[in-house]
Amino acid sequence: MTVSAASQRDSPSRGRGQRADPDPTTVGAEGSPTDMVVALAQVAPRLGDLATNVSRHLAVIGEAASRGADCVVFPELSLTGYFLKDLVPECALRVGSDEVAALAAASAEIDSVVGCVLESDEARFFNAALYFSGGRLHAIHRKVYLPTYGLFDEARYFAQGDTFRAFKAPVSSAHPRRPWRAGMLICEDMWHPSAPGLLARGGVDLFVCISASPTRGVGRGSALGSAHSYDAMTRTYAQLFTSYLVYCNRVGYEDGVNFWGGSRVVGPDGALLTDPAGRDEELILHRLDLAAIRRTRIANPLLRDERHDVHDAETEHLRRNPTRD
Amino acid sequence: MSTTPKPNTSDVTPLAIDADLVTDLLVGFLRDEVRKVGYDRVVLGLSGGIDSAVTAALAVRALGADAVVPILMPYRTSSGASTADALAVCASLGMEPVTVNITPQIDAYFSGQPDADRHRRGNKMARERMSILYDLSWKHRALVAGTSNKTELLLGYGTIHGDMASALNPLGDLYKTQVFTVAAHLGLPTQVINKQPSADLWQGQSDEDELGFSYAAVDALLYAMVDERRSSAELRGMAFDDAFVTDVSRRVRESQYKRRPPVIAKLGTRTIDRDFRYPRDWGH
Repeated sequence: MTVSAASQRDSPSRGRGQRADPDPTTVGAEGSPTDMVVALAQVAPRLGDLATNVSRHLAVIGEAASRGADCVVFPELSLTGYFLKDLVPECALRVGSDEVAALAAASAEIDSVVGCVLESDEARFFNAALYFSGGRLHAIHRKVYLPTYGLFDEARYFAQGDTFRAFKAPVSSAHPRRPWRAGMLICEDMWHPSAPGLLARGGVDLFVCISASPTRGVGRGSALGSAHSYDAMTRTYAQLFTSYLVYCNRVGYEDGVNFWGGSRVVGPDGALLTDPAGRDEELILHRLDLAAIRRTRIANPLLRDERHDVHDAETEHLRRNPTRD
Repeated sequence: MSTTPKPNTSDVTPLAIDADLVTDLLVGFLRDEVRKVGYDRVVLGLSGGIDSAVTAALAVRALGADAVVPILMPYRTSSGASTADALAVCASLGMEPVTVNITPQIDAYFSGQPDADRHRRGNKMARERMSILYDLSWKHRALVAGTSNKTELLLGYGTIHGDMASALNPLGDLYKTQVFTVAAHLGLPTQVINKQPSADLWQGQSDEDELGFSYAAVDALLYAMVDERRSSAELRGMAFDDAFVTDVSRRVRESQYKRRPPVIAKLGTRTIDRDFRYPRDWGH
């Protein structure tokens, strides 16, 4: 466990006896009205065991709230595990499911982001991120880019989402403060830069990026292959879109495949604000400051200078004059 | 060919691995995949060779020496050095060895099969050992840990339902030369690391003599062929001999059946492993 100047981390629902006292200058103290404390719940779901995972989520949400978090973020498919195959329909939730109601009820005083299989009225199954706030389901992102290559087989089991929408994240709406704006990305969505670009154009302060990224690449002399890619992407997106980015990846093993964790918070200047987590379960708390976004955007007005008119005109040109891809 | 290849640890080749990271991942794999299905012990066949020694060392780190049951299963022609090396591994890891001599049942069986060649005899021994491991796994309430590495799995250089059988295998994605790297990192006895790899199914057997190429050479080729998916033309451009490429490609293709469950005749709409697809860790 490490406690940095502006963050604290611990095993979720474990190791309470070892927890350091919160730093009164950071997490746990009342900050500025524009602050929010985000908690990254880097967990290892039980594969295909919805009931166990829901109760574990409820415990971690409660723990994050008790430690002063305003918003707790879980990984991709955190309610089900990742390599579900034919379990997808068997683990699916609907917006009106009891499990969704229980998670909403637990998210009255703290916002939460969870990953699940979400079934539509048309019996389509989405790899989804649910944002709960104020005791209700507030926003949904359905994963757009479903990797179907290598060890991935998502498009066989899931339907594609088709939107990237930024939204107001009330963040403990009991507190009078300017709401944050957030956008959610799920794992492979991050490998397509138009996705964070669209969210940024919609206006975000915070990218909420969740994943179930498997460990691969163990060559000597280089960082873990998958970790290296996400390190580059998270820092680049945060910096180019001058927004906070929280990245929550899962840990544990499924059918011999490890998930490497590495959850972290990146600041709007692209700087790592928390050391990337290891490969064990952890609950990482970090205070975000909306004013830091303002300062960064004054120093580096990339979003102000973005030429959406050029982008749109060129997109239209390409629509009429297709390139080879 | 009779020289045993040793990885050049100073040279960062595509096969060079971060042994610390690999060890950590494999220890976590054994701990997680054993415990989450309700077990806390493993049994494994300990031959005195490097693969089973590495598996044992990883299992001891994952589960503790008391939770790893090494089974020595010599036949009367097995090399005495193999048994001595297996005992040295047990001593260095703090494991209590269990010895089951397979000579009586092997000789009893083949007394009625006088025409059996050494390959039949070798395969029978490998399956006898598998049968003993699964029996003792029940006795010890343990899972059978496999010791087949990626090189032999790809070449089909193993006995199906024999040494290729296990509940879980930490080494199956490591080439033989990478196993050497992990062995050195784990501090295994030097005589185990330095000796020539052998299945020890008959006297004087050597993997590299039998295969006709060195592990260093075939690992480099397999990595380029399998992991990097290089074409035949590219492999030729990398100075791999045509006959070598052809031989290894044929071995991989012809042994594919060994790496798959038995083929099932499809009749219904949901046939096991074709359109009835569930993860092995279902519910864990």
